Amino acid sequence: MKSLAELEAIRQKVSHGVNMRKDDHATRIVVGMATCGIAAGARPVMNAFVEEIAKRNLEHVSVVQTGCIGMCRLEPIVEVMVPGEEKVTYIKMTPEKAQKVVAEHIVNGRPVKEYIVGEND
Amino acid sequence: MKGMIENMDMVRGHILCCGGTGCTSSGSELIIKEMEKQLAEYGLDKEFKIIKTGCFGLCALGPIIVVYPEGAFYSRVEVGDIKEIVEEHLLKGRIVKRLLYQETINEEDNTIKSLNETNFYAKQMRIALRNCGVIDPENIEEYIASDGYKALGKVLTEMTREEVIDEILKSGLRGRGGGGFPTGLKWKFTYAAEGDQKYVACNADEGDPGAFMDRSVLEGDPHSVIEAMAIAAYAIGANQGFIYIRAEYPIAVNRLQIAIDQAREYGLLGKNIFETGFDFDLEIRLGAGAFVCGEETALMTSIEGKRGEPRPRPPFPANKGLWAKPTMLNNVETYANIPVIINKGADWFNTIGTEKSKGTKVFALGGKINNTGLVEVPMGTTLREIIEDIGGGVPNGKKFKAAQTGGPSGGCIPASLIDTPIDYDSLMAIGSMMGSGGLIVMDEDNCMVDIAKFFLEFTVDESCGKCAPCRIGTKRLLEILTKITDGKGTMEDLDKLEELCLSIKNGALCGLGQTAPNPVLSTLHYFRDEYVAHVKDKTCPAGVCKALSKYVIDPEKCKGCSLCARQCPVNAITGKVKEPFVIDQDKCIKCGACQAACKFGAIDKK
Repeated sequence: MKSLAELEAIRQKVSHGVNMRKDDHATRIVVGMATCGIAAGARPVMNAFVEEIAKRNLEHVSVVQTGCIGMCRLEPIVEVMVPGEEKVTYIKMTPEKAQKVVAEHIVNGRPVKEYIVGEND
Repeated sequence: MKGMIENMDMVRGHILCCGGTGCTSSGSELIIKEMEKQLAEYGLDKEFKIIKTGCFGLCALGPIIVVYPEGAFYSRVEVGDIKEIVEEHLLKGRIVKRLLYQETINEEDNTIKSLNETNFYAKQMRIALRNCGVIDPENIEEYIASDGYKALGKVLTEMTREEVIDEILKSGLRGRGGGGFPTGLKWKFTYAAEGDQKYVACNADEGDPGAFMDRSVLEGDPHSVIEAMAIAAYAIGANQGFIYIRAEYPIAVNRLQIAIDQAREYGLLGKNIFETGFDFDLEIRLGAGAFVCGEETALMTSIEGKRGEPRPRPPFPANKGLWAKPTMLNNVETYANIPVIINKGADWFNTIGTEKSKGTKVFALGGKINNTGLVEVPMGTTLREIIEDIGGGVPNGKKFKAAQTGGPSGGCIPASLIDTPIDYDSLMAIGSMMGSGGLIVMDEDNCMVDIAKFFLEFTVDESCGKCAPCRIGTKRLLEILTKITDGKGTMEDLDKLEELCLSIKNGALCGLGQTAPNPVLSTLHYFRDEYVAHVKDKTCPAGVCKALSKYVIDPEKCKGCSLCARQCPVNAITGKVKEPFVIDQDKCIKCGACQAACKFGAIDKK
């Protein structure tokens, strides 16, 4: 170990993983992973979220899965919960859309209107 | 630098499996293997990472698995449950409620509560155990990610040696091994001692029956001790350290060695650390499990390769320790606090706890208690909070009778003092001591004379024999106690007991002997009536002492089935079928087999 900077670099690299285990995830991305969701392609969508968040090294964001929400025809469905804001439900998600949601909604705080339920079903 | 966990960022979930001693002995290794197999079968092995952690604290509910990011806390997991967890939770996102720790289920809306909201964790404050059950102890990068080695970097690059010592002094930290000596003072004395070579040492020779605090810290977070020893070495001017740990702790020894090797590989041990010119290295020394080697002078003698016997003090180790060089010895838990104090500051640390006891204390909760396990609470927490709130109370609706703290050196705290705040001084004031942190809970079925006898048997076994008060005195104490539990004691024996206790306390060479009479003195003080019952009435109120108890068949309830007579190993029970049977008290060895066999509850123990 040569310097504090080197130590900090390791900390940065690994901290996202360890932070997952602390109870203070501010933002939650909930992916519907019931049979309907998986059949409609929820798994690549979820993986896209996980990768994008890791790539951008976003802390305090967690990706979790849930069961069927009931709107199976609109799967894959993803809900984004930012503390203090109303829950946003995205429908018919794809890995490309997931990247955009991370960039626009999670990072810049602007929900991607065209993917939201009610806007385009 | 190796990218040990380069793929970690890509996974979406972590499966934490407890690899502490408790869960390992209840089969967590098999569970981890099955988990790996099932993950691969469902093609989820790239998405989830299995992390073997240290102790979560709730050993009574082991083996424990926690799945993040949901934070689902599965308890008492069996190998057969793994497939369900993988298929339902990991694949389909449906948490397996039946396996959850019941306390984490919110009954109103059936959602999961955070662990920190459960009774067991809510009143805890984890400083020494901060990483136990959170990180992988065999992976230095996870420790670094949790601010590990930051404190070492800070002291080496920003603080003078005097500033480090001042910070520890100001924090008010006291030795967690039992004595409660101010840690900062110890550092200061060793810093001021003259010598061309100085050493730091770590006492990991935890030997109290029922205590596993230090063991759990070393198993769950070995790097925190290594980092703290490096900080201490810098402060006092040492370049070599020794960790004295008993060979009976194989998991702890193994993880510690892995941690030391990793720290060397990352340049956090060795030459020129952080390019500041500071050199420090560490060695493990294994002890053979002699209790007396937890005493500082005996420990150092043992590290030197000699027979582990204590020697008179002064000279204190700060002036003449290992190989007659100035040596600073701290306990594992004391060290585990150091990096946090440096990172967060003494002013943060000394707001926690009571006026004279700062910070937190780890207790190994055992005996007649629902949540057997490892807890860490701020100093000043009452015994009632630990036993009733965190510990979940005494099982089977029995009444709390006493708590034993400090192991063979401590004393019993009776139920009437359950609201005593736990800190060094208030425990001393009621005739017990903090000790290293074993806390054994006893209910109405425990005989206090028998408890005193149990601890005396331990000290008699463990006395090194060097000084007469301890070698001969404890033996005589045990003989008198045995006489009392055999129903042959006299009232004079009680006075003799007390007198002998006091002379051993005054005359013994080291802490072992000086504190050995404590269990006798405190039970004699708080439970004298039980001693008197053994002596005068020849009865054991708790029904523990065999010589004073007898099994009797209630002729009203006995149906004459002869089952008890067939179970009796010494043929002490006779009678005619369909008529009440009788136990011959002269033959009876009081094994209790008849009582266990009786289907009608007709056999009483009196």
